[in-house]
Formats: sequence, C-alpha cells, structure tokens
Amino acid sequence: MSQESTAGKLCEISFTVNGRPQTVHVHPMARLLDVLRFDLALTGTKEGCGEGECGSCSVLLDGALVNSCLIPALQAHGADIITIEGLARAPRAQILQQAFLDCGGAQCGICTPGMILAAHHLLSKKSQPTLDEIREGLSGNLCRCTGYMQIFEAVTEAAKQGAVRQGSVKQEAAT
Amino acid sequence: MNNGTKNAAIVGASVPRMEGRAKVTGQARYVDDMTLPGMLYGATVRSRIPRGKIKQIHFGAGINWNEFVIVTPADIPGKNCITLIEDDQPALADTTVNHPEEPLLLLAHPDRHILPKAVESISVKYEPLPAIFTIEESESPTQLIWGSNNIFKEILIEKGDVDAIWQNAAHVVEGEYATGAQEQLYIENNGMIAAFDPQDGVTVWGSLQCPYYVHKALMKLFALPADQVRIVQMETGGAFGGKEEYPSMIAAHAALLARKSGKPVKIIYDRMEDMAATTKRHPSRTRLRTAVSKEGKILGGEIDFTIDGGAYKTLSPVVLSRGALHAGGAYYWPSVRIRAKAVATNAPPHGAFRGFGAPQSLFALERHIERIAQIVGLSPIEIRKRNFLQPGQTTTTGQIVREDIDLGKLLDHALELSTYHPQKEQFAKENQLANRKKGIGIAAFLHGAGFTGSGERFLGSVVGVEACADGTVRILVSSTEFGQGTNTVLCQIAAEALGLRYEDVAIAQPDTREVPNSGPTVASRTVMVVGKLVQSAAIGIRKTLTSSGLLADSYSPEEFRAACRSYIAKRGKFLATAQYEQPGEIVWDDEKYRGSAYAAFAWAVYIAEVTVDLTTYSVTVDDFVALQEVGKVLHPVLAKGQIIGGVAQGIGFALYEKVIWDQGRMQNGQMTNYIMPTSADLPFIRAYFEELGNVHGAYGAKGIGELPMDGPAPAIINAIEDAIHVPFNSVPLLPEDIFAALGEHETPKTLVPSARGRE
Repeated sequence: MSQESTAGKLCEISFTVNGRPQTVHVHPMARLLDVLRFDLALTGTKEGCGEGECGSCSVLLDGALVNSCLIPALQAHGADIITIEGLARAPRAQILQQAFLDCGGAQCGICTPGMILAAHHLLSKKSQPTLDEIREGLSGNLCRCTGYMQIFEAVTEAAKQGAVRQGSVKQEAAT
Repeated sequence: MNNGTKNAAIVGASVPRMEGRAKVTGQARYVDDMTLPGMLYGATVRSRIPRGKIKQIHFGAGINWNEFVIVTPADIPGKNCITLIEDDQPALADTTVNHPEEPLLLLAHPDRHILPKAVESISVKYEPLPAIFTIEESESPTQLIWGSNNIFKEILIEKGDVDAIWQNAAHVVEGEYATGAQEQLYIENNGMIAAFDPQDGVTVWGSLQCPYYVHKALMKLFALPADQVRIVQMETGGAFGGKEEYPSMIAAHAALLARKSGKPVKIIYDRMEDMAATTKRHPSRTRLRTAVSKEGKILGGEIDFTIDGGAYKTLSPVVLSRGALHAGGAYYWPSVRIRAKAVATNAPPHGAFRGFGAPQSLFALERHIERIAQIVGLSPIEIRKRNFLQPGQTTTTGQIVREDIDLGKLLDHALELSTYHPQKEQFAKENQLANRKKGIGIAAFLHGAGFTGSGERFLGSVVGVEACADGTVRILVSSTEFGQGTNTVLCQIAAEALGLRYEDVAIAQPDTREVPNSGPTVASRTVMVVGKLVQSAAIGIRKTLTSSGLLADSYSPEEFRAACRSYIAKRGKFLATAQYEQPGEIVWDDEKYRGSAYAAFAWAVYIAEVTVDLTTYSVTVDDFVALQEVGKVLHPVLAKGQIIGGVAQGIGFALYEKVIWDQGRMQNGQMTNYIMPTSADLPFIRAYFEELGNVHGAYGAKGIGELPMDGPAPAIINAIEDAIHVPFNSVPLLPEDIFAALGEHETPKTLVPSARGRE
C-alpha cells in the first residue's frame, strides 16, 4: 500500500492545516495521511486499510470529506485542511464529541476521529438529518466495535443540540 | 456520608468512558502514534507455499542489503518458539514451513518505504511437501502434517446412556452444519515497537490483549528472566480475540530486530498482511444425531464437533473446549455424547475470536432444533419450550443449573418485543405473491462466563488497588482496554466499593513492570472475575483504614483522603491485593470433562427478521431483537454497546464475511473484497436486558462480551428458511450461495428436510 517516497524529487507543498499555514517538502505522490502523521505529527488521523475503504483517515479538504490515504500531497497544495485535532478545538464541535461520549459512540476509538469528522461534515450539510441520512452519511466510515447504533444516537443527539450550523464547516472548524 | 457497601450510585450508572475524552479528540496514543529516537522499521519475509523444506534463500539484486538489519533463526538467543499451550510454532521457520504465511526472516531499515520492495526481492527455494487444507483431508490418514494423527486435541463429554435411547425414539434426526473462517477485522492493524538494552533486557509497546502472554513468550525466546522482559499495552484499536495470541509473534519479531540492530524497531502490519497472516475464527463442522420423542422432547444424542486449527496448536484446544461445552446449548439432554476434535491443516493457525468456538457449535444446534421442530411438527417456539434447561436440571457436563432462569419466559418476552406472531402471520400472507420474501427466526442460547472448568483456578489471577497520599485510588491489573470498557467498569467497581467518586479512581496503563497478572482479557471474564477481585482489594483498603482506627465505618471522601495520608505517612506504600479463589461449588474434572464448566452462564433469545430478494438473491436483516439475562448491568450504555457491536459482527459472520482460500492462503485480504457490514447494511439492532444477578461476579455481574456473537447467525439462517423454505446449513451465506441452491431446486417450497423417521 505504501508508496515509495524515496524515489523522485521532493517538492514544496503549502497548505493550511487546522487554521495554520504549513509548508512541507515531500514527494508529490506522498499520501496526505503520511504528511499529516509523519511530517506534521498530527497522529489523530488514523490508518485502517490504506485503500479508501474504512474512512479512519478521513479529513476535511476544502470542506469536502476525503480519505487522506488516497490524496497525493500535491493535490493538497493550497488547500484548507481540518483534522480531528483542529475540529477538537472548535467550540461547537465539542457538542458532537460529548454526544459520542454520552451515547457510547466511541469504543476502541480508532475509527472515532474519522467518524466524528464524517458526522460533522454530514451535520454541516444537513443540520437535522433523518436516521436514513445518518446511515448513508456515515456509510464510508467503518466501525467494528459499536454496530453503529450508538453512533447514530450520538449524531442525532448532537443535531438536536445544534452541534454544527449548516454550511459552516470551514469557518467554524478553523476558529 | 458514604459507605461503600451500601451506596449503589456508581455501579449501574452510565459514567463517562474513562479514556473517552482522549479518543474523541484524537489524543489517544496507539502504537503507530509513537516514535522513538533512531527508530527503524521492521518487515517480515514469509513463506509463500503451504508446506515444504527450505532449501535456499536468495537476496535479490538492486537492493543495498548492507543498509538492512537482517534477522534469521540463528539470531534467536533462546528457544525458537512462540510459547503458548505447546511450543510447536516457531518464531521464524528454520528448516520447514507448514503454512503459506509463515515468518522466515526479518528485515529492518530506517526508511519504511523501501521495505516492501526488499521483502519482494527475497526468493526462497523449497522442496515442496504435500499439503492439506480441509477438515476432511486432515481426517484421512494419507498426509500426516502434525503429530501422529493430525489431531491437536480431542474431548469426550458423556452423560447418561446414549446407546440405549435410539430404540425408544419416535424420530431420529440427523444433520451436518458448517461455519467458515472469520476475520476479526479490528480497524487498528497489529503493531509493536521494541527496544533492547543489554542491561534492562527487552521492552515492547504494542497493540495487544494479554500482556502476560507476550511476556511469557519473550522470556522463552530470549532466555531472559521475568524482570528483563517488559510489556506495555498502548491504546488498542479493537481486538475481539484477534490480539490474544498473535501479538506475541510480532513482539518477538520486533524485539529480535531491536536486539540485533541496537535500535528501537517498529513493526506495523498493513491491512493485507494483518488479514492474511494473523489468526481468524476456526472453520467448523458439526454433525448432530438426536433421538426425539413423539412429543418433541430430546431424549439424547450424539454431537460430533470438529474445528480446523491450522498449522500449529496455538489456542485450538481451548477454543475446542468452549465449543464442545456449548454444543448442547440451552437445552436439557437426558443423555448425550459429545466428541470434539481440533485438527491440523496447512493454513495459518486459527485462533481466538469473540465467542471462541461457541458460535460454531451453537449455530449447528440452533439450526438442528429447527429441523427437529419440522420433523416432529412443532413450531420453533414450542420445540424450544419443551426442551429448555430448567433450574435444578443438569447441563451436558452434569452441572446443576442453580440460577433462577426461566427461558420460556425469556422467549415469550423476546417474541413480544419483536411482535413475532403478527409479523409471522403477515409474512405468510404477503410472501405468496412477493418476490421479496420475508421471514422471522429465533435463536435461544447460553454463554459461559470466565475460563472453562478449572481454568480460573490455574490462572490464580491477582489484582492490586493502591491508595495514594492525595486520596486517589489506582487499580493495578493486566486486564486491558480495547473498546469493551474495562477501564471504566473496573473504576466504577472500585469507586463503589470505597464509597468514592468515579473521578477519584484511576487505572494504571498495563505494564508488566507495574501491574500484577490479573489474567488474559478474554472469555468474558474481566467484569465477573477481575471485577470481583478489584472489589475485594478495594474493600481491603477500606478495612485496613477502619481497623487501624484511621477511618470510621461511615465516611466522606475528605475523611478517606485524610486517612490515606495518615496511613502512608506512617507506613509508606498503601497497596491491597486480591487473588482468585474458586468458589466451593465449582468442581470440575478435567479428565472426564464433568462438573461445573462455568461459574455462571448468560442466557439469551435473539430474533431476526429478514427479507430475501429473489431477483438479486441478497438478504437484508430488517429488524433484530437481542434479549439477554447477564446478571447486574454495571454500565447500561457500555453493555448495550457490547451487545449491539457483537450482533453486528454476528450478522457479518452470517451474511457478509467470507474468506476465500487458495492453497491455505487468504485471497481476499482487503476491506474491498472481504466485506464487513457498514452503517447502511444493518437493521436497527435493539438490545434488552433482564437482570437476575449472580453471586460470583462483582455486584452481581456476569460475562457479556462474547454472548452476542452466538445468536445472530442461527437466528438469521432460521429466518431465511422461514422466508423461502430452504434449509441452509452453513455460514457465511452469500447471495451466490442462495442463487446456487435455488438453481438446484426450482421451487423452494418442495424441499423437505432430510430425516429418518421411526413413526
């Protein structure tokens, strides 16, 4: 799964991560996941499968939910990226995190950062999603522990408490 | 004022998960999040043939091998084995290989990206030997691959005079049932970091369930004393049994590379290596032959339970034991003969996975009960009610049911929760014209908590509870957290026993240098067995303070703190320990397999509602009711999470998760082609509890973790039969399997279950 970062020239890539400008020198095809975890030491983003199936490496890239294991670093040039560490600092996102704690939405925790970003993304598009919309919205993020029901509960509870204002992904998470 | 023995405010409340905040903010530290200065990355060179003699190993061109640290079997200072029940599995294969994922060599390099190419550049010449891949091939005497008969372990359970029952039987019902391998598929892949110091010995940090299993394995591999091997569990991203035994192998590899290189070494498996090379659930075959009366009462029977253990013994004898002990299920057998065996094949060893043999034998039994019902002419409800175990009756091993369980009532309650009768009526009406046929199915079962038989006595688990000068209390156990809630529930128990707040109690990171051996975190034993010991040790702290006059019988948290300060000022460290002692009525005969197999059983009735689409042959589960009696529920949110999560894995076991094998190698070791349920695939799973209580567990709790894995597969396959009248007898059941079966039988309704009647 891993690419060969030693081959070819390194290039300079600049982007914003969690509201802070960053410049890294990496192979253009280096995975964004590795750049975040290794170059920037943001280890909250997890690797589960390395092929875009499990969603554990989910981050927000210009407001879109992406699997960072499938994004070459070059594609992230100039982008605005939010990881779990950035979201964790956003005041209203704490409602979502608290709901995950209260409802049992996190067990082993390895899918949790990606799951919370996916939930945040869903709520930013639709502040009061139906159960079917939650199922669909989170179906790119696998969880082996919970059987998902308590995650649905957490998202429903967070929506009720107004965890995310619709259309507010970038602005809010970057504060 | 609090008094630990009377206050019941913390146990039974859904307090916040102890390590939850770190998990939802991305701060929790898993092994791959950790880096040590100068750390190298390690990789494993594996066999690619199922069986053969190693002739020559060739290091290919185009790689600067001088940059690599290379470990061969010659670098192993102690015994070349991963010790467990037997020392048959080598850490690195030396002369022969016995499965196609067997480790041969280890490589380490500072740049992890060049390791895959280096591994690929190594070629091995073998003298191939004939290999076997199925239970049937292992049973036939043509190829011996392990011991004198390919059998790792045999178990015989006998009750009553089975040979006498057949002549009086109205019906003799026979059936054969099978289950496939299943991957645990924790989302965090296996990983370890090891460091080696000539004075201090080996230290390993990793993703694991059982620190002392790894500790024992490395002592033998490195020929080091206990204090020179240190194992530390990092936050662990799911395990389900899948991190019970294989972590010893990975720890061994990382530590060998660390010793040779003098640098810390990290090994993180990628998904494909993790799925293909590490353990999976044992494939099984169960044959049942039962004698049944005219009224549908089981008179007795023979159960032949066989599991495929893969190439080495590992934990197969214990998995076999649990499977055999659950083969009679929640029913009364006046007589029975259970023959069980674990056999060898040239596949990677199969291992622990939630349920540990019980999901296999219970699938067979709960399908067979349906078959009996059809032959006798009873409903799935009535056949179960006529045969359920009653208090005072004995299980297949002669254990008297002492709990006040009423399974008939439990079944009625589940029927009500699932609106079984109206649904069944409606389906019968609507199915006639529909292309999407609906069905509803039941599974009733039990699951034993804790180690089997005398296992807990042999383990002799120890826990410590330490009170600190600031009045906080720290629990010292090797029991690990990997999502189930160990940290939270053990802290609840200690807080409750001491009359403190939940926040006043902490749990130490499992580190063999700091914590005693409270046994492995397996077998639904943590809350019931370890929890009880934590309760005892906490009470020990309280009693020490009260008997030394430092604390009154009734006290406030402030008074507790002051008492701890005084105690520590006078005597130093304040630690209470507790060790397991077997309750008097638990007597077990290992030779005859007779007696009390488990200290307690959890009981359950699960009901699944399915739709079978006869255009696509896909099955969806529309509703799932999981009702269980698990003793006192100590944390409702976590308990519910255990049940729902287990049911989801059970649905995967039944309908989605199929390992494709070729010559002993898994061919679909990716999440793309080995499919686990997503949030869009599952019904709304509804978990309910009844609480009878249990004298042996902390605050009346019993085991819960494995139970939910047992019921979904039979309930779902029973529901499919209800929908389309085709009796499927193996799982996983994928659309292509249904398609194939329906192709053979043009009209499903004409199928008749095979049986020999004696009317």
